[in-house]
Amino acid sequence: MYAYDEIDRTLVNERVSEFRDQVKRRLSGELTEDEFKILRLQNGVYLQLHAYMFRVAIPYGTLASNQLRRLAHVARKYDRGYGHFTTRQNIQFNWIKLAELPDALADLAEVGIHAMQTSGNNMRNVTSDQWAGVAPGEIEDPRIWSELIRQHTTLHPEFSFLPRKFKIAITASDHDRAAIRIHDIGLRLIKNEKGETGFEVLVGGGLGRTPFIAKTIKHFVHGRDILSYIEAILRVYNQYGRRDNIYKARIKILVHELGIEKFSREVEEEWQHIRNSSLQIDDEVIEDIRSRFTYPAYEKLPHMPDELRQAAADPDFEAWRKNSVSPHKVQGYSIVTISLKPTGGPPGDATAEQMDALADLADKYSFGEIRVGHEQNLALPHVAKRDLPALWKALDKLGLATPNVNLITDIIACPGLDYCSLANARSIPIAQELTRRFANHELANLIGRLHINISGCINACGHHHVGHIGILGVEKNGEEVYQITIGGRADESAALGNLIGPGVKFDEVADVVEDIVEAYLALRERPEELFIDTVKRLGVEPFKERVYATR
Amino acid sequence: MPLVNGGKIVDDSFVKLAVDTPLPESGDILVPAERFLGDAEAFLARPGKVGVIWPNNRDIDELVPYLGRLAAVALVFPTFRDGRAYSQARLLRERFNYRGELRATGQVLRDQFVFMLRAGFDAFEVKKQADAEAFMQTAKHYSVFYQPTGDGRITALHRRMQLRHSEGVGT
Repeated sequence: MYAYDEIDRTLVNERVSEFRDQVKRRLSGELTEDEFKILRLQNGVYLQLHAYMFRVAIPYGTLASNQLRRLAHVARKYDRGYGHFTTRQNIQFNWIKLAELPDALADLAEVGIHAMQTSGNNMRNVTSDQWAGVAPGEIEDPRIWSELIRQHTTLHPEFSFLPRKFKIAITASDHDRAAIRIHDIGLRLIKNEKGETGFEVLVGGGLGRTPFIAKTIKHFVHGRDILSYIEAILRVYNQYGRRDNIYKARIKILVHELGIEKFSREVEEEWQHIRNSSLQIDDEVIEDIRSRFTYPAYEKLPHMPDELRQAAADPDFEAWRKNSVSPHKVQGYSIVTISLKPTGGPPGDATAEQMDALADLADKYSFGEIRVGHEQNLALPHVAKRDLPALWKALDKLGLATPNVNLITDIIACPGLDYCSLANARSIPIAQELTRRFANHELANLIGRLHINISGCINACGHHHVGHIGILGVEKNGEEVYQITIGGRADESAALGNLIGPGVKFDEVADVVEDIVEAYLALRERPEELFIDTVKRLGVEPFKERVYATR
Repeated sequence: MPLVNGGKIVDDSFVKLAVDTPLPESGDILVPAERFLGDAEAFLARPGKVGVIWPNNRDIDELVPYLGRLAAVALVFPTFRDGRAYSQARLLRERFNYRGELRATGQVLRDQFVFMLRAGFDAFEVKKQADAEAFMQTAKHYSVFYQPTGDGRITALHRRMQLRHSEGVGT
């Protein structure tokens, strides 16, 4: 956990009081809606179909139990009793009233939570691996650097009015759980041959209307230079990124139009001017930030406690354990993923009661810590293995023990037409239907790892391009039509999916997904060959044939 | 449109020339970039201060040879959503050591003052009278800053280091 100091607290409080004044000026008419729009976006407030939507940052996906309780409080007091976890380690509340927003922000500020720059054309919440600090084999905890960058990008005087939004993600593991290759800047923490910490820097990834996988701009930037290097990228982008067309304004378009070589030369030239400035970070600064992250006092525990051995007789427990429990770097402990994808439920939603109860479970079993991942699930990062059976029982009572993590019903979906004013089509009902179709755990398990991503419009908030099966809702002649891709992935081998054929109607989507899955089960070489690997081996054609043969 | 300079609302001594306005014999003038570059020496030779209005899509490097002789540079925010002039301002102050008046023009609103001050602006053509009057109060709103810029305000990282070292004394 990162503990705010007086400096961080002061800044967040000053931000809240500034926003309170801005809301007051808007309500009195002193600010026009056009003027206010940017200011509210910079504080995480969108105007949606039915009401204001309020997006709160959970930097690098780390939450303390008292913070989760406070989110539950906001859901209860200012909203309709639930929140929605997003693909970028934020939580959204969908029914907030403008006049109450400053109070909600003030309540959150008391526990060190803010909503700065969770929307708008500025540097967004810095995201990272939800297993940071506990994943076996990690190079070092990427959250130290995430926090450094979070601070540097907060209320930046030069880059708060960029051509378009700007997202940074950091990973420190071989397996990329932070989807860095679909970010404006992706940072892969590595060591050089001298054992010094630095980053492979990737740039220009992003989805939306024109998707790109990020390209490596520099193979190694020393940790002490990372702020100046990011600043150089941003300065080039701020000056030369397109502002004439919102759909061509992301940095990915600039990188694409200039080419990565020319773009990297521009950045290099800018960087040489500023790398030896006060942006250089010395070890003491890093140590200071590191010192404000606290780590649990782990016990020395056996690898296989009796409690776990006994519980293994219960097939329901075993199904959950095999699915939701992952290895921890410390013996005797586990990382537990908590599925927010119950059968028939909207992906990523949690009620205030669930949040409160989960905060209690975190206190009891996970040193008071909760994580949020980009797959719209939560995790308890430090659970002693002996506590797994008790934890499972408690989670099951709360409806939070669906054993479908990474399976076909662990769907990522945007809010879609049910909430969003940009959407052309519904997303959540498609996800709900699919979770019903594949509710049988045996079947889902037989299919194995398979990620479905659903977006209700071209803006791709559901990351459909990088779903193993991607579903994109568009509007055609007043009707919702869904385009389906296969073969996308968001991890270290990130790739964009390929279209399988003509779009299909709302009612047909689940049938098509079933057909694709049937085709896969028939085509795979052996049960261990994952869907994504079969698609890679065979390409789209055999799937297309089977899906469209009868249509 | 009120001008704020040195934290106060002041009279603007500069007259803004358009591309084709006849050149006044004397007095302070702000000249559009294109016109200035076309006859820079003549403008600089006449009595009165000279400033240049520099668009946000033109490379600031072209202005660098004249910076030492300019009394003002006016950068432009066509809308407050367009942040290119923040980069130009920092380059002028921090890379090219420009010390004359650096003026923000265009859609300049209260909620940009802190960013602008941090980027090096010291004069502001403010869109609304109420915003101009609230300048000092707004400028003081924040006491904590995370990034080092040329305005010299101490950053959070450095303040923490100072605290660490002062706490270290006597232990």
